[in-house]
Amino acid sequence: MEASKKPVLYSYFRSSCSWRVRIALALKEIAYDQAPVNLVKDGGQQRSSEFQSVNPMQQVPALKIDGITLSQSLAIMEYLEETRPNPRILPQDPKKRAEVRMISDLIASGIQPLQNLAVLQQMGEKKLEWAQHCISRGFKALEQILQETAGRYCVGDEVSMADLCLAPQVYNAERYKVDLAPYPTIIRINKALLELKEFQTSHPSQQPDTPPELRA
Amino acid sequence: MCAALAKPVLYSYFRSSCSWRVRIALALKEIAYDQAPVNLVKDGGQQRSSEFQSVNPMQQVPALKIDGITLSQSLAIMEYLEETRPNPRILPQDPKKRAEVRMISDLIASGIQPLQNLAVLQQMGEKKLEWAQHCISRGFKALEQILQETAGRYCVGDEVSMADLCLAPQVYNAERYKVDLAPYPTIIRINKALLELKEFQTSHPSQQPDTPPELRA
Repeated sequence: MEASKKPVLYSYFRSSCSWRVRIALALKEIAYDQAPVNLVKDGGQQRSSEFQSVNPMQQVPALKIDGITLSQSLAIMEYLEETRPNPRILPQDPKKRAEVRMISDLIASGIQPLQNLAVLQQMGEKKLEWAQHCISRGFKALEQILQETAGRYCVGDEVSMADLCLAPQVYNAERYKVDLAPYPTIIRINKALLELKEFQTSHPSQQPDTPPELRA
Repeated sequence: MCAALAKPVLYSYFRSSCSWRVRIALALKEIAYDQAPVNLVKDGGQQRSSEFQSVNPMQQVPALKIDGITLSQSLAIMEYLEETRPNPRILPQDPKKRAEVRMISDLIASGIQPLQNLAVLQQMGEKKLEWAQHCISRGFKALEQILQETAGRYCVGDEVSMADLCLAPQVYNAERYKVDLAPYPTIIRINKALLELKEFQTSHPSQQPDTPPELRA
């Protein structure tokens, strides 16, 4: 029976969007199987006709759960929150929830898509410069917002969907050698998040498809 | 004067598809508001002013001042409106249907629009039109496939949802960049049905306080 099978997460070890969902599944203690999708090998396994039926956008993550297949990391996380509400990754207060979503969207719409693989491949030699530009621009705005909203984490003192978006984006920033010194709040929060076991077990360096040379 | 009694203020640009999404939501939920137009092209782009910086540090529209707070990011704004002014709804009750609405909304709001927004196109130089067409076509190809599973009269079933509020403005962008829509019959059909609704008309780019005379309906 479909409903009793474990969920299946289509993921790439280094995909920041996949990592967001891996953290959510870890926090909510949802057991799942991973189906790795290598975005670089074989011309990009996300382009296979098989994966096309999983996610027509040819992107990870995608999650098969409860008899449905979902794509888009934020939509997946909101579904997990509504169906497995404990522990929560969205606050109860509507204004705080709005702050969490605003920060999540800033990252998931305002930064990451501009520096994802498909876009960078279009940029040729300007690749690194473009990635740094997009991330810096977004982090500059985010730093300003966080100075209003942050406690121990992005919004107050509880881990939220905003934090699940932040840590993977900082990983991307480090990968593209973005200078993070102008963003002390981002640095502080990221450090606190990486101390949590759910952020460690889901880390790109610890996945089934992590290449040996990048394994922690 | 108590902040909570002041009418909400929407920072908007007539042609911004992200602003249009929120204008539709405000119209559907019959929330009276004032518009503060932000011209993205004049004066080097009014979104870059130090004044607007304190409204939205990302220097983008829309932003909404409401209930004593200032929100940016159109989907976050719409979810807040849904939670605080729940009728009529723009998200279904069933969690799986809600997930479909959010998936479609995110496909548009993360997977298409940011790649063809003003700041990115300005980087593309001569390749601007080709790039915009490429991003939109790629996204619409995937969306057409998804909609064939989820759509009824509208994107998800037969009720207008946040997905529809994202779709119509994106189709407007597609038409603006001369994308051939013939491969996307479901998108065409739904868009047509949406444009018949008065809330999609009163909020249309051609009918805003800041619409230039030559583009006014």
